[in-house]
Amino acid sequence: MSQILFEIPKVEIMGSGHLACPGCGATMAMRYALKALGRKTVVVIPACCWSIIDGAAPYSVLGVPVFHTAFETAASTATGIKAGFVAQGKTDINVLAWAGDGGTFDIGFQSLSGAAERNEDIIYVCYDNEAYMNTGIQRSSATPQGAWTTTTPVQNPKSRPKKNIVDALAAHHIPYIATASVSYPDDFIRKLRKAKSMKGMRFLHILSPCPPGWKSQAEDSVKIARLAVECCVFPLYEVHDGRRYNLTHKPKGLPVKEYLKLQGRFRHLSDADIEKIQTEVDHNWRTLQRRVEFSTEIDTRSDVSDQGATK
Amino acid sequence: MKRVLEAQLDKYFNPQTTAEIKVIEGTHAASHAAKLARVKTISAYPITPQTSIVELLSEMCASGDLEAQFIKVESEHSAMACLIGAEATGARSFTATSSQGLLLMHEVLHWAAAARLPIVMVNVNRALAPPWNIWTDQTDSLAQRDTGWIQFYAESNQEVLDTILMAYRLGEQVMLPVMINMDAFFLSHTAEPVAIPKQNLVDEFLPAYRPEFTLDVNDPRAFGGLTKPDRYMEFRYNIQKAMETAARLIPTVAEEYDYLIGRHHGTQVEEYRTEDAEYLLVTSGTITGTTRIVVDQFRDQGVPLGLLKIRTFRPFPDQAIRNAVAHVKKIGVIDRNISFGSGGIFFNEIKAAIYNAKVHPLLNGYVAGLGGRDVTPSVITDIAEHLIKSKQGKDLIWIGVKK
Ligand SMILES: Cc1ncc(C[n+]2csc(CCOP(=O)(O)OP(=O)(O)O)c2C)c(N)n1
Ligand code: SF4
Ligand SMILES: [Mg+2]
Repeated sequence: MSQILFEIPKVEIMGSGHLACPGCGATMAMRYALKALGRKTVVVIPACCWSIIDGAAPYSVLGVPVFHTAFETAASTATGIKAGFVAQGKTDINVLAWAGDGGTFDIGFQSLSGAAERNEDIIYVCYDNEAYMNTGIQRSSATPQGAWTTTTPVQNPKSRPKKNIVDALAAHHIPYIATASVSYPDDFIRKLRKAKSMKGMRFLHILSPCPPGWKSQAEDSVKIARLAVECCVFPLYEVHDGRRYNLTHKPKGLPVKEYLKLQGRFRHLSDADIEKIQTEVDHNWRTLQRRVEFSTEIDTRSDVSDQGATK
Repeated sequence: MKRVLEAQLDKYFNPQTTAEIKVIEGTHAASHAAKLARVKTISAYPITPQTSIVELLSEMCASGDLEAQFIKVESEHSAMACLIGAEATGARSFTATSSQGLLLMHEVLHWAAAARLPIVMVNVNRALAPPWNIWTDQTDSLAQRDTGWIQFYAESNQEVLDTILMAYRLGEQVMLPVMINMDAFFLSHTAEPVAIPKQNLVDEFLPAYRPEFTLDVNDPRAFGGLTKPDRYMEFRYNIQKAMETAARLIPTVAEEYDYLIGRHHGTQVEEYRTEDAEYLLVTSGTITGTTRIVVDQFRDQGVPLGLLKIRTFRPFPDQAIRNAVAHVKKIGVIDRNISFGSGGIFFNEIKAAIYNAKVHPLLNGYVAGLGGRDVTPSVITDIAEHLIKSKQGKDLIWIGVKK
């Protein structure tokens, strides 16, 4: 098997001593993101696990400036930080909004949509652990159908499917959207570097295993994230201009059961429930494939997303 | 009346310091002040009667008269969050809102103050719904009492402009945000002559904003992270200390402004004809201008009535109030606001301030003019007469409620 070796940058911008649980996907994600973006980066963190992970005052585990902000304001605060820098002639600083699924799909969705529509010149990363973990594993609109959380107990698990945040952002015609996984660091870093090289609103959606919230083993986090990709639950792809889709990794198409069975939050599901989830995953995967196929027909000269970015 | 006008003319239109006299509405006085302050970032969301402030600023930015980043956000909540970010980079910033918009900002108002970001905001005092009402009422801003914002209340369009400039000077010294309130329509949409000071004098008065700590990739720091009980309380103590410093600095800033620009609107309070006053009316906002006329009329008839105008609600001028009431017999506070289950908000604060004073004059609380109902000279005359006749203080006296 031939393989192109990809260098993961050796530089460690994030230090040791973070306060995350063992096996925290959100923490691995930050480490890779900073390797890709470098030190000329300011991180904006709304209320989420990462407000704790960074460390209690006077310590901070990130080797770059961090601005903690209110739960629903990651995108709006990041917008202001970028504007403040630009107003002072500092145009080369990456402003990275780093929010959980709650801060992105739910309470922060309005400000995110506003920033996306205005094509603000920021990088927005949503680390998605599929529930409100910081407050003790309550359901969010990113929680998958059938999953247990403390507000969707097994007698009454989440009945509605997960919100498709990539579709929602694509509808804003922003220059760049990508999904990424901590199990594929090369793909992850390549995408963040690409995002860094672009202007305007860039959005990355990262599935982030969470052992306490998913009732999984800490040592399985990387494996679970990989299975999410290989089972087509969380395919790795990019969307340019909100309409040109391309896959960055061809999944093996393993049965979704392989992914579900490592997580206690799905343990109560019957075979019929799992079959239903498989059908949904298959449908989503086919839809994505169609979009990828159709994308080759789209003339890039019709791109709209490079208009209006904060200069 | 004549006396007031003459005094105003001398005070306001000093040709040496004035670039131009414009007949403009309060909203535009605010826009000109933001421009004179050389703000670098603006973010706002439209709401009546604030809109013309940001419309003029948009034009100024579009024409290049003002070099600022103007972010047209999707809500007031985002407007304030956006300025929190901008100000944290060291960019002087400005916004304006009113009523429902201010209430929507509540959470991030606390954030701005506790993050010690001296943002300046104009709030047009407008009534809260339901029922919908776009006219003046101070309950919107007074409901932000505990957010850590310095609050000024202006009486004229000139005072709006001058106070915004002083707000930057003050806020950036104590690192607290400042809200300048003006009455809906009575100021926001009423044209008055306003002296626009010369830019070079404003620059001298208001140096560039250079905070000690900013978001700096060469000096990475974390702002606002998890802080345990062993450290949190000191952050709160420091905000209170900054408010106390602001109270001390307000007279100095007013003097500096007077020295350079040649106008003085008072300190935390302004006393009007309080010499030998036995009766004192306490007001804020545009009711003050009307009350001046009534005070003159009473004085002409030999009745020792005086006026105390409150300019800052936070920091609250406890000491100035204690001094002002030391020799009066009766005080009537006129509130264009209400705290349900209690009463007029200025009244309550004044009552509290006087408790630890040596003298305890009779104190009446009048609530008038809610939702923009006119408070005319005759209404104020009735209040003054009621006060003079009162034998026993009363906390809540409603003025002009229809049966
Ligand atoms: C306005 C507001 N509402 C509620 C909260 C409480 N809260 C803090 S973090 C959080 C959940 C965050 O969930 P998510 O964004 O998914 O991040 P995670 O904790 O999972 O990392 C909630 C509900 C808050 N801080 N602010
Ligand atoms: S609860 Fe989950 S997301 Fe939060 S720190 Fe622990 S592993 Fe990470
Ligand atoms: Mg979450």
